[in-house]
Amino acid sequence: MSERVLVKGNEALAEAAIRAGCRHFFGYPITPQTEVAAYMARKMPKIGGTYLQAESEVAAINMVYGAAAAGVRVMTSSSSPGISLKSEGISYLAGSDLPCLIINVQRGGPGLGGIQPSQADYWQATRAPGHGDLHVLVYAPNNVQEMVNLVFQAYDKAEEYRVPAMILADGLLGQMMEPVSFPEEGEIKQHDKSWAVTGHKNQRKHNIVNSLYLKADELEQTVIERFQRYAKIEAEETMVEEYLMEDAEYAIVAFGATSRIAKAAIQQLREQGLKVGLIRPITLWPFPKQAIIDACDKVKGFLTVEMSMGQMVDDVRLAVNGRKPVEFFGHTGGIVPTPAEIVEAVKEMGGAK
Amino acid sequence: MAIVYQKPKALSDDVLHYCPGCTHGVIHKLVAEVIDELGIEGKTVGIAPVGCSVFAYNYFNCDMVEAAHGRAPAVATGLKRSMPDNVIFTYQGDGDLAAIGTAETVHSATRGENITIIFVNNAIYGMTGGQMAPTTLPNQVTQTTPYGRDVATAGYPVHVCEMLSTLDGVAYAERVSVDSVPNIRKAKAAIKKAFQNQIDKKGFSIVEILSSCPTNWGLSPVDALQWLRDNMMPYYPLGVYKDKEAEK
Repeated sequence: MSERVLVKGNEALAEAAIRAGCRHFFGYPITPQTEVAAYMARKMPKIGGTYLQAESEVAAINMVYGAAAAGVRVMTSSSSPGISLKSEGISYLAGSDLPCLIINVQRGGPGLGGIQPSQADYWQATRAPGHGDLHVLVYAPNNVQEMVNLVFQAYDKAEEYRVPAMILADGLLGQMMEPVSFPEEGEIKQHDKSWAVTGHKNQRKHNIVNSLYLKADELEQTVIERFQRYAKIEAEETMVEEYLMEDAEYAIVAFGATSRIAKAAIQQLREQGLKVGLIRPITLWPFPKQAIIDACDKVKGFLTVEMSMGQMVDDVRLAVNGRKPVEFFGHTGGIVPTPAEIVEAVKEMGGAK
Repeated sequence: MAIVYQKPKALSDDVLHYCPGCTHGVIHKLVAEVIDELGIEGKTVGIAPVGCSVFAYNYFNCDMVEAAHGRAPAVATGLKRSMPDNVIFTYQGDGDLAAIGTAETVHSATRGENITIIFVNNAIYGMTGGQMAPTTLPNQVTQTTPYGRDVATAGYPVHVCEMLSTLDGVAYAERVSVDSVPNIRKAKAAIKKAFQNQIDKKGFSIVEILSSCPTNWGLSPVDALQWLRDNMMPYYPLGVYKDKEAEK
């Protein structure tokens, strides 16, 4: 690891990607992810890489598809409305088993929404990042160091399982400056890329990167095989942080920037004698449902806090499956929940007694 | 005995799914012959479109990628930027290239991406059963222009080579036809030049090939070629629209 440096979240994502071996970036300008692209535009020409500003997010994600088909580490970054445009390409990437990294620095929606922080793309990222039966790996960092670490993790797991990976950040993390250490280059695990279309050099049969299967049974077989990989990911790659859950009577469930505010609220609640803990999903897909199931045995209820009208709360409710009350507190894009509001919401659940 | 004619090595043994009389088969053969003659199969990656030629990935023996509808030039851009020493070509129809993929076509051209585009213009959407294409002629009857293309409501056809020839990034744009043996020979020369340009790092090269669709035009293969000569060639004149090298 390098010495600690003060870096903005968006720039940390870009630098981490470069250090993870990414030499190809395709993007389209959108707030609030601008610094990712600007950093890539400055750095890539100096290190023999590609920074290409595409004509649209649709084109950018299809350039990612091409580069991923060639087997290189490639990245695109965007924000919510841009991710909607990329969803076509994300579906093709998933359907063709291509690894890549997609960054979503979320802003408020729907439509043009706003340009301030939001977590309202949880459903999109975890339920329907594109058409068809598919998942992408979704990582949700809550500080700048974790943004760096998860870029490495995302590339590694995307290549290991041949699935696209997404980092679901938000405008708050993207704009935040924190001290970080970057892993050194060369700490990258190599994965098999014999499927890549690099030209057969008259040494093998041609490779085909494709998602079209007109025979229904063939299509089903490929999807079933992919879902077997998804099952392995769910079993082995789920990431979650538990904070003060040992003696917790209530659990707050929050991800990303919101989880840090929840921690502040938990401190205040504990000072008032209320035993509250935090379950923080780091992977949103796969969702750490076992941590929720395990907590059902000891807590009286769950409060999900999000910067949305309540999306992840669906996954919490699915895991809880009616065994305990699950409440929601949140604001939409741009209005960051305060610790005081979260304290109040926990008390309303019965903690005030 | 000397072999005087054989299937090009760059074409696979798969049975083509094209309709009888369709000229896609001729164009596939020309592309494959050029790949053979340039000795580039081992470093070539082709990109198949969505449309009649969607299964081109099975027919060419080089590495192949299937792209989303219209996105082949963007996919080609990603491939070429990752592997500048490989030869990257797209094979696209008129709906793919000139309707849903117009942005990708125009911007890969204006960036001067060093790629080769084989553009098959048959003035109709073939795979979906004969709807109006961006290149459907005025008054041409299709499934979605049952009274003939009315330019007052459906607009005018797109002249792709003429449009792209205005862009500084384009190295080479030529329109050819495969309606006759002499024209097929010229088409092959144009395709070869478009590939050679890429090898020589000259930049974006496109060959527009006027092609027939007997099934959806409702004509016999022979009559379809005559219809192409009588109707498409006057509207889409053959010739070189841009050749940066010749301009020097």
